[in-house]
Amino acid sequence: MLALTADQYADIAARHPDVVRSQFWTVWRVPALAAATVVYLMFCWWVFGIGQVLANTNWQIAGSYLVQWVTYEYRPTISIDRDGAMAVTFPRFDPIGPNPKPDWMTVERAPMERRIAAPKPTGATAGGFMAGGGFMAPDAAPAVSATPPTVRIEEVVKRAEVRFSAGARLVATPDRIVVEKGGETLVVPLGTGADVQATGPLPAWAAQKRAGDRIIVTFGLSGWAQIDGGSVAVHRRFPGWVNFVFDTNSAFFGKSAGEILHLIAAEPRLDLARSNLAVAVDDFLYNPSWQHLDVWTKLLETVVMAFIGTLFAAIVAFPLSFIAARNITVNWLANQTAKRFFDFLRSVDMLIWALFFTRAFGPGPISGMAAIFFTDTGSLGKLFSEALENIDGKPRDGLTSVGAAPIAVQRFGVLPQVLPVFVSQTLYFWESNTRSATIIGAMGAGGIGLKLWEAMRTHTNWPNIFYMVILIIGTVFIFDTISNALRSRLTGRAQS
Amino acid sequence: MPTRLSDRAALIERHWQAQARVRRLYTVLGVGGLIVAVALSLWFANEANAGKFFDRLPHFLDFTGDLVPRDWLEVGRAMFDLPSPYDDGSLRYNYPEGRAYLMAGLYIPEYIDQMAITLNIALLSTVLGTLIGGLLSFLAARNMMPNRLVRWPARRFMEILRAFPDVVVAGFFLSFLTVGPIPAIAAVTIHTIGALGKLFFEVIENADMKPEEGLRAVGGNWIERVRFAMLPQVLPNFASYFLLRLEINVRASTIIGAVGGGGIGELLRLSISQNHGAKTIAIVILLFGTIVAVDQFSAWLRRGLVGRDAFLPAA
Repeated sequence: MLALTADQYADIAARHPDVVRSQFWTVWRVPALAAATVVYLMFCWWVFGIGQVLANTNWQIAGSYLVQWVTYEYRPTISIDRDGAMAVTFPRFDPIGPNPKPDWMTVERAPMERRIAAPKPTGATAGGFMAGGGFMAPDAAPAVSATPPTVRIEEVVKRAEVRFSAGARLVATPDRIVVEKGGETLVVPLGTGADVQATGPLPAWAAQKRAGDRIIVTFGLSGWAQIDGGSVAVHRRFPGWVNFVFDTNSAFFGKSAGEILHLIAAEPRLDLARSNLAVAVDDFLYNPSWQHLDVWTKLLETVVMAFIGTLFAAIVAFPLSFIAARNITVNWLANQTAKRFFDFLRSVDMLIWALFFTRAFGPGPISGMAAIFFTDTGSLGKLFSEALENIDGKPRDGLTSVGAAPIAVQRFGVLPQVLPVFVSQTLYFWESNTRSATIIGAMGAGGIGLKLWEAMRTHTNWPNIFYMVILIIGTVFIFDTISNALRSRLTGRAQS
Repeated sequence: MPTRLSDRAALIERHWQAQARVRRLYTVLGVGGLIVAVALSLWFANEANAGKFFDRLPHFLDFTGDLVPRDWLEVGRAMFDLPSPYDDGSLRYNYPEGRAYLMAGLYIPEYIDQMAITLNIALLSTVLGTLIGGLLSFLAARNMMPNRLVRWPARRFMEILRAFPDVVVAGFFLSFLTVGPIPAIAAVTIHTIGALGKLFFEVIENADMKPEEGLRAVGGNWIERVRFAMLPQVLPNFASYFLLRLEINVRASTIIGAVGGGGIGELLRLSISQNHGAKTIAIVILLFGTIVAVDQFSAWLRRGLVGRDAFLPAA
């Protein structure tokens, strides 16, 4: 073992100063790299205005969008008329629709004598018709009183209570709205016009932009409500995807698996033309808010795109790579032409090909296929020709020396060496193209990518987006596994 | 003249023939299945496409013809924002509109400016991905992190980042951020963290453990062992993967741009969809040149860093 004393070290240092003196670059490269990185990050912070964007971002929206991935909500509106008649309505076009007997809401009804203003003559402002909203323009009031009102008895809601979580609830009565949460109480008296003003200071969970403006009360994950002059918009949030299997309009909605099986197997037909099983399958596949059949078809398009694109690319790249390999084709011009052709296809990039073919063939899997085919002919051609250039020449020499035909030389002298490599690389590209087919789809090449992108644009369909994301990740995982298994078998066989 | 075989040889011959038959059957079945799958796929794709392949083929040639500019100097004018002699006030020839003036008389042409933004997005995402992925990879490598409770979540986290489609990340950030490059940066960075983190921890697991043992023997703590035992070994490989990823990310940030993230990708999508021949060709040339330049530059750097080993296909 070598051990230096301090004297020996000093001796060596004196005779060979270059050996022991640290190189400037060796000492300073790590700090210099770190400093350069920090400077670059600061530059990007400034040039992209990241600080400003982050400061202007409404992070609450981001959070609420994230929550919407795995929840659904009921959106009843409690409207309070000036005469004290209330009504609870569910939006007509909401896919979740009305919840007939919600256990989170108690509604008390009572008959009441109402004076209904006769409809105003045409040409009046729309304000007069908004009786349910409790909003009435002051100048419209005399016009209403001019026509004699009709009187009739109606059953109206006198009290509505919405329970959000333990200790948090909202109670609406004709004269006031009371919100309780965590021991604090917010009281909003009504009937003084369109202005909304709470009695006392607002608790931390209630927000009002300006005095008299609407008040928004939040209940965390279980929802929020917006209190206007004459109405309360309630958003009651629940975890899960309630109408994932059957839509609320379906006869099978809200039933347990046993009940559904019983309905399919033993009950009389719901629709005389079809069996109950057919109804159930149709209701599931054509579920209006989840569109299972459509989503699956689009997913299949994406898978087909990657499959055909990669397969055709491999088929075309195969003969071309023999021309590009300089040990197979001994012609410099042919080698270079084929290689530059591969480089061109590869470098034009999938994006450009995808946009180009989408423009030419219209959105759909053909465009995506063509894009993958063009890019990967280049990539696979390059890899194939490199594999060919690295083969062992001896089997070929042997075959040539016994006078085999050129085709036979390639078939028995070259192919057995490269085929496992070719197949394994093709499988690898197939796997990674299943991934990239999603994104070229989003650019207009069709498939699940396009559907996903259209759903994202609306900013409202987050559960559907999450569903498609799960499907995509699952598909990619399955193809990864298949391709990995095939590749490991292939390479295992190649080694033995 | 047929050779007479001994009984034993005949048995072997029979078995060999039987096996060959089975193999031939599998080959025929496999190829037949593949052909059926291809035929079905092609039929399905043609049905699902908005335009049928053979109906659209003539239009394809028309469209390609449309891309040819009126004269080839137009391409240069489009690229450098010079006024066109054919300017009729339409979007097709309004090249000078996009100039980004640095000062009076000095401007950056629009496409070059946007290309620089796209490149910068790619570089920033790769730098961020390398920093975060590098940190995570030390937590995920078996030899540096014996604790399962840290290693397992770190690996799963990187897998999720890798698997999540970048369209969704970009779209999600686009939904609540004001316009800007952040959605594209976020999407590319998140995928980069996952992809590089995996490659990095594999490098770390293959590293020589002797320097680490030496430091451990003299009482070095975790950070010191990482800094002085592992980093000097793995840094060249990390740098090589960084460059490889940079090549991929230049393409990825262009694509994310095309689906709404801004930059050159969006301009290309707009100009192709509006049939602007000269503009499209100018952007395509610019993109092609940039991608080739980045690839060559990175290949040159990597050759210096780790030699030819770096030229393996990577995820």
